[in-house]
Amino acid sequence: MEVEAGGAVERARSGDSDAFRLLVEQHSRAIFRLAFRMTGNEEDAEDVVQETFLRAYRQLDKYEARSSFSTWLYRIASNYSLDLIRMRKRHEDKRERGSSAEDRDILQSIPVDSPGPDRLLYGSQVKDRVNAALNELSAQERTAFVLRHFEGHSIQEIGEALGTGANATKHSIFRAVQKLRKSLEPLVGPA
Amino acid sequence: MTSHISEEQFVLFYYGESAEAAGIESHMAECEACRSEFRTLQLVLNTVDSAPVPERNGEYAKAVWHRLEKQLAGRKRRGFMQWWIWAPAMAALVLTAFLAGRWSHKNDPQVATNQQIRERILLVAVGDHLERSQMVLAELTNAADGKGKLDISGERQSAEQLLGDNRLYRQTARSTGDTAVASVLDDLERVLLEISHSPSEVSSDQLDELRQEIESRGLLFKVRVLGSQVRQEESKPVSEKEIRKL
Repeated sequence: MEVEAGGAVERARSGDSDAFRLLVEQHSRAIFRLAFRMTGNEEDAEDVVQETFLRAYRQLDKYEARSSFSTWLYRIASNYSLDLIRMRKRHEDKRERGSSAEDRDILQSIPVDSPGPDRLLYGSQVKDRVNAALNELSAQERTAFVLRHFEGHSIQEIGEALGTGANATKHSIFRAVQKLRKSLEPLVGPA
Repeated sequence: MTSHISEEQFVLFYYGESAEAAGIESHMAECEACRSEFRTLQLVLNTVDSAPVPERNGEYAKAVWHRLEKQLAGRKRRGFMQWWIWAPAMAALVLTAFLAGRWSHKNDPQVATNQQIRERILLVAVGDHLERSQMVLAELTNAADGKGKLDISGERQSAEQLLGDNRLYRQTARSTGDTAVASVLDDLERVLLEISHSPSEVSSDQLDELRQEIESRGLLFKVRVLGSQVRQEESKPVSEKEIRKL
């Protein structure tokens, strides 16, 4: 697949819009998946997909074949998602100033002890709780965690893509896992 | 490995990034507490995998391309003579000429006229820059509110292009000690950055946020005032003008 994409990149660079279409068709679903996991909602994820390809198109000349095209696209999508999450967060902070802490704590509103763990594991409450737990992560933690956990990138690669370095990335992932454990451990119970 | 395994060691081990994997494995083989701790971590992280991602069908990629195609077609039509292509290069050229003249012939009366001409060119360039910036700010401030999303890709692209020029002018103003101009350009740069980082389509909430950013700094007014001062300066005959800092 990457070989095909490589050829398409070269053709797209020289102005071949069919080649760029191929790249869009090849990568859009994966970018949507990444964007949804990072932003947590469909509307923002669609925004990220659109914006990622627009930015990629504008910056095709800057793409260096040292990394794969998909890694380069992921980098654009992750950075844009980060901007979007931060912007949303700022906006929500402004909105929520004044509302009570209880109103904001979604996790508290989800019961954890009524149905048995086996049933819960596949139930919608688990999904809600996982989403809520992911929403509790900072933008940096969520990005680093999603790229490591769901997309399987190495800590080194993530540090390079986000421009934060391996050490800071590692600590973002540690903090993310710690927070997730705190939120989800009552659900799965001690092993 | 004699002491218990830390949470950080477990996380790296779980993701296959631990440099001490063999030591951790052999420790866990003998330590029930650490085995149990690792199982809990596995359960939690496996549970995270249950977070659903909405399905996108086979037609999705085509739909994405369909939406993109319109925007890309707009971009392709833009030709060489669009201002945002040549303006940054021109701004850099004018600034270089201006600064070169300022520093290398400071006390030479023979080059005074050349310097005045350079300053005039720079004033024209700054005037244009402020006018273009004003247009972007005014378009966003006056954009119609709606329930749906508003396409600001044009303003965003303009802001991106204006940023480079703005940086040059701000640095020049700062280095020549014109703090008032530098301060307005500083505020302008922050807002241009915010606009250029915005999505192509914004919701009314996002648009409000941008407006507040512009209005809280009184930026549109400041840019208008500065622009009109620059235009007045431009309109003076060269001979009447003092050699002054921008």
